[in-house]
Amino acid sequence: MGKKRNWPAIYLSIMFVILYAPIFYLMFYSFNSGGTMYGFEGFTFDYYLEVFQNTRLLIIVLNTVIIALLSAVISTIIGVFGAMAIMYVKKQQTKNTLLSLNNVLIVSPDVIIGASFLILFTFIGIKLGFASVLIAHIAFSVPIVVLMVLPKLQEMSPTLIDAARDLGASRMDILTKIILPYITPGIYAGFFMALTYSLDDFAVTFFVTGNGFSTLSVEIYSLARQGISMEINALSTLIFLVTLSLVAGYYFISKKAVGMAGMGVRK
Amino acid sequence: MGNKSRNLFLIPYVFWIALFVVAPIILVLFYSFRGLDGSFTLSNYQHFFSSTYFQLTLSSFWYAFLITLFTLLISYPTALVLTKMRHKQLWLLLIIVPSWINILLKVYAFLGILGTYGPFNAFLDVIGIGAVQLLFTDFSFVFVSVYIFIPFMILPIFNALDKLNPAFVDASRDLGASSFETFRKVIFPLTINGVKAGCQLVFIPALSLFMITRLIAGNQVITLGTAIEQHFLVTQDWGMGSTIAVFLIIAMIIIMFLSGNRKWGLTSGKKA
Repeated sequence: MGKKRNWPAIYLSIMFVILYAPIFYLMFYSFNSGGTMYGFEGFTFDYYLEVFQNTRLLIIVLNTVIIALLSAVISTIIGVFGAMAIMYVKKQQTKNTLLSLNNVLIVSPDVIIGASFLILFTFIGIKLGFASVLIAHIAFSVPIVVLMVLPKLQEMSPTLIDAARDLGASRMDILTKIILPYITPGIYAGFFMALTYSLDDFAVTFFVTGNGFSTLSVEIYSLARQGISMEINALSTLIFLVTLSLVAGYYFISKKAVGMAGMGVRK
Repeated sequence: MGNKSRNLFLIPYVFWIALFVVAPIILVLFYSFRGLDGSFTLSNYQHFFSSTYFQLTLSSFWYAFLITLFTLLISYPTALVLTKMRHKQLWLLLIIVPSWINILLKVYAFLGILGTYGPFNAFLDVIGIGAVQLLFTDFSFVFVSVYIFIPFMILPIFNALDKLNPAFVDASRDLGASSFETFRKVIFPLTINGVKAGCQLVFIPALSLFMITRLIAGNQVITLGTAIEQHFLVTQDWGMGSTIAVFLIIAMIIIMFLSGNRKWGLTSGKKA
């Protein structure tokens, strides 16, 4: 019996090892002075120095962060408007149509989004580069923000708005003093999701990036196509650390959001 | 809210929908009828139904099927074990964290792991099989894809299992069902929606991801996604690329219809 009960734990441990092995493998060999992903020769920080001295790469990292922050801010604004639009549309049918259209970009494969945006940008004459990448990132982040904000709007009791109106609040007051504070956790969650979507995206960016402009994912792809490059290994360690802190931030915020939701329900 | 403010909310959002949801679909449809010289033609569709593209579509579906199957076989037991753990939400988070790491980095890691001198080949050497060419084969493509998709499959199944009322399982055991029978007749049927959602989350990206095929499988495997990328960015034949895209969209709609789960819950967490 005792032997039998261990199997699930063993299976789970194997899964954990398999899931994390490639990531730690990359990080481990980023310190290999041999410059390969096999046969560890000696410990070195050289590749990290290379990364920090590579101005081209640093500019690309900067680009990626700027695109992510800008697209997250703008898509959060549009997404909040979108969630309110869906929430306060009176006809059920219009509401369902809006929701379905909202979800199209979430379910579409990246290749389709990338290819169709490429056609779109060429069609309306937007030059491929910073602008096209930014617009594309905003476009595919909006629906996820809507989906994060909408549940918070739906759980908000309409009596709050009625009460505010009875007490003489203007429409603007209701928006800024009642609705927005209430849905703030949803807005943060949406912002974080948009940020990670943007940082992670490869396929869409790859289609609309043109020649002169590059983000980190696209750069990693073109480096990896040429084979093993220790700079990618060093980068992966740095990215892993950043991702971990983002996940921790997101986890913290969603915990807080759940807490708020609990408070909202409590009588 | 009054009419006036409602309309104001709608303006930027409807503008976004029109420009980035409706217009791109129409443009893809429009381009799928365009020949290389820009004229209206049905030749792209003719090409698509010729043997080359038909075979490509079939093999793409076959690989996606294999990837989904293996991912499911590995993920279901994992989700089952996870739901029985004491701090299951924390364990779940730990399972999900690798899926937040940039996919390209994980794929890149396999360039080393599956390489000629990599640990995978070293392992094969130890057990006596000897080193083989792993990179740029269809095996490595399926292997890496399964690795990438496991977290996406675990999440919806975990959620379904977590919602399952344990009283059903107890009742089944009390009535004398073996644990296998309980699984087959109670647990699995009651969590089938999670399985469907997971399969949907894996199958569609498996048809369309092109960086895994490009980096890991060389030119050994061509999926629908690879073909679209090829036509748009390499051969510049946007018409043909759009035609394949149209069929990928149709395939996507059919799969979503078959799995009958049009609500892509927030639980999916992250897209592939």
